[in-house]
Amino acid sequence: MAEDPVDPGSDAQEPSDAQESAAAQEPSGAQEPAAAQEPPEAQEPAAAPTVICDDVHVVYRVMGRRRAKSGAPPPRRRLRGRNKNLVTKKVHAVRGVSMVAREGDAIGLIGRNGSGKSTLLRAIAGLLPAEEGHVFTAGRPTLLGVNAALMRDLPGEDNILLGGMAMGLTREEAQARRDWIVEFADLGEFISLPMRAYSSGMAARLRFAIAASTSHEILMIDEALATGDAEFRRRSEKRIMELRQEAGTVFLVSHSLGVVRMTCNRAIWLEKGKVVMDGEANEVVDAYEMMYDPEQDALERKQRRAKRRRQRSGMTKAERRAARAAKAERQEAAPAPGTDPTPAEAAAKESATAPSTPAEPGATEPPAEPTPPPMPPAADSDSPPTDPPGPERPS
Amino acid sequence: MSATLPEQVPAPDDRDLSALAAQWGLKSTSARQPIGSYLRELWSRRDFIVAMGSGRKSVQYGETSLGRFWLVLSPILNAIVYYFIFGILLQTSKGVENFPAFLIIGVFTFTYTQRVVMGGTKAIANNRAIISAIHFPRAVMPLAVIVQEIQQQFVSIGILGVIVLLTGEPLTWLWLGVIPILVLQTLFNVGLCMMVARWTAASRDVAQLIPFLMHTWRYLSGVMFSIAVFTADLAPWVERVLYLNPMTGYIELMRGCLMTSYDVPSYLWPLAVMWAVVFLVVGFVVFYRAEESYSRG
Repeated sequence: MAEDPVDPGSDAQEPSDAQESAAAQEPSGAQEPAAAQEPPEAQEPAAAPTVICDDVHVVYRVMGRRRAKSGAPPPRRRLRGRNKNLVTKKVHAVRGVSMVAREGDAIGLIGRNGSGKSTLLRAIAGLLPAEEGHVFTAGRPTLLGVNAALMRDLPGEDNILLGGMAMGLTREEAQARRDWIVEFADLGEFISLPMRAYSSGMAARLRFAIAASTSHEILMIDEALATGDAEFRRRSEKRIMELRQEAGTVFLVSHSLGVVRMTCNRAIWLEKGKVVMDGEANEVVDAYEMMYDPEQDALERKQRRAKRRRQRSGMTKAERRAARAAKAERQEAAPAPGTDPTPAEAAAKESATAPSTPAEPGATEPPAEPTPPPMPPAADSDSPPTDPPGPERPS
Repeated sequence: MSATLPEQVPAPDDRDLSALAAQWGLKSTSARQPIGSYLRELWSRRDFIVAMGSGRKSVQYGETSLGRFWLVLSPILNAIVYYFIFGILLQTSKGVENFPAFLIIGVFTFTYTQRVVMGGTKAIANNRAIISAIHFPRAVMPLAVIVQEIQQQFVSIGILGVIVLLTGEPLTWLWLGVIPILVLQTLFNVGLCMMVARWTAASRDVAQLIPFLMHTWRYLSGVMFSIAVFTADLAPWVERVLYLNPMTGYIELMRGCLMTSYDVPSYLWPLAVMWAVVFLVVGFVVFYRAEESYSRG
């Protein structure tokens, strides 16, 4: 059988211009990854390992159509006999990942689409066998993905029971958690409607609530937070923190780097199925942003510096809060046109400032004095901006 | 790669990771669960199996305005259609006393297995989402099909009893024989459902083939004609070979219990037990041996 190797990350060369320009302008950044390369267990030697990946390779085999050679005539006689254009393709999605996760770790997996993040999670969950190498786990990991549809035609309530039992609870245990799940998902009367009627965000909330209702030894969340609204996102982040404290290990796949900074203590950056970097969450995310989102990176650096300046200037947290309140009063008293942020601007500010305050995940106050410059057009991590960062350079 | 992309990190520790795993008692996820603990876990998931089966049942009729009334209505319509075609149009009733009862017992018994097989073809394919997300013994899925269909069969047997009484058969102690037959046929169905679930999960071509196989099987099982009458003029081995068919066995035993005028060879009982055990064991092993493959999608 013909096997066409498919390279999932063959387009990774595209952003090299932006990377090089960013690296040239920010020489200090290049040293950060080196610092982060210390083995993570050197910091916490005491915690017991919960997941060990030993040189794991995962290979998908899928039926696909043979890629047409450019300029070749279109395939004829497609209706006759066996479909000769069908070949089994091998997708080598994870290529030799080794890592040790320990109790209490919350690990963010970051990387571009097709870098093998979700595949690695599924291999750890025992849902995909490793082609080479081994995955060792303490207990059975639970994987919560956005695709984990329960029964679309059954009402949310029934799905709560079904989902709980699928995770291994008895009927009584699932019923005992019902109220908590209903409250957490906060779907109102929709809870008694078939899930077919839910928006994708609502369904994701219910699925997250079901999975988060029990403390798992190993909980893996695949992009589940991306769909909720801001308020739900905060609540689920809080819940992930709680689950972490219950001595479990949490894996989180997310394209939202702010979420990784906030909820994870460690991050693993995957590229083409290989580990590029494994270390403290902020350091890894910094390095990742340097490479794929330099504008956002510069913005956050600036904010962090401003914060440090504030701290050096000797103002306590309480004093700053008082100053902020006074400012807000002034604004209320004389609402100048333009100072009132539109909802969209407010959302942009929130997402821009959220990552810079890892210490207060619940904090939602408006940003402090140095109002962030308008956000650059939402930079998709898969299509890095072509313009090198301009005005936000450090002086 | 460019300058900013750091070199791939070495393994987090120089020590052998497998040894570290062994030291802390971590288990490899790729090792297949031993059959004993698999069965134990399956038993601990019995609530889930029942919930899954009942859930699917209510989905099946949930969209109709008659709702659960279809549970009763569909076997009755089935009986009417078969009686019209085979009893009135095709006259396959020659040599059979009380043909309506004969025909309807055959149809209802065969339909149970047929519905299970059709459910088995979708047991894995229609639940890929939950299978690829949550780890549980995959045998839950074919077993949920059984739970779903056995509920239907209880209703069908009740209707069957009423129809048979209406055709003039007396109610006798022999009717209690229906219970062991139903148990044996259910065990047989479990094994069959698991085999079908595995084969259709591995190859979509098999799923296309199943309906034709089921039609052929229905005609060979003596659902609408009497095998005894049909083979009377043929060599005796033809009859014996036809009675080896497990479905013929369950149908004939059912008729023997419910119809006083109908005699069946007594060796059909041990044969029925044998088929139930063989299919249950073989079906389970066939399904279990591909356990890891179902989540591959």
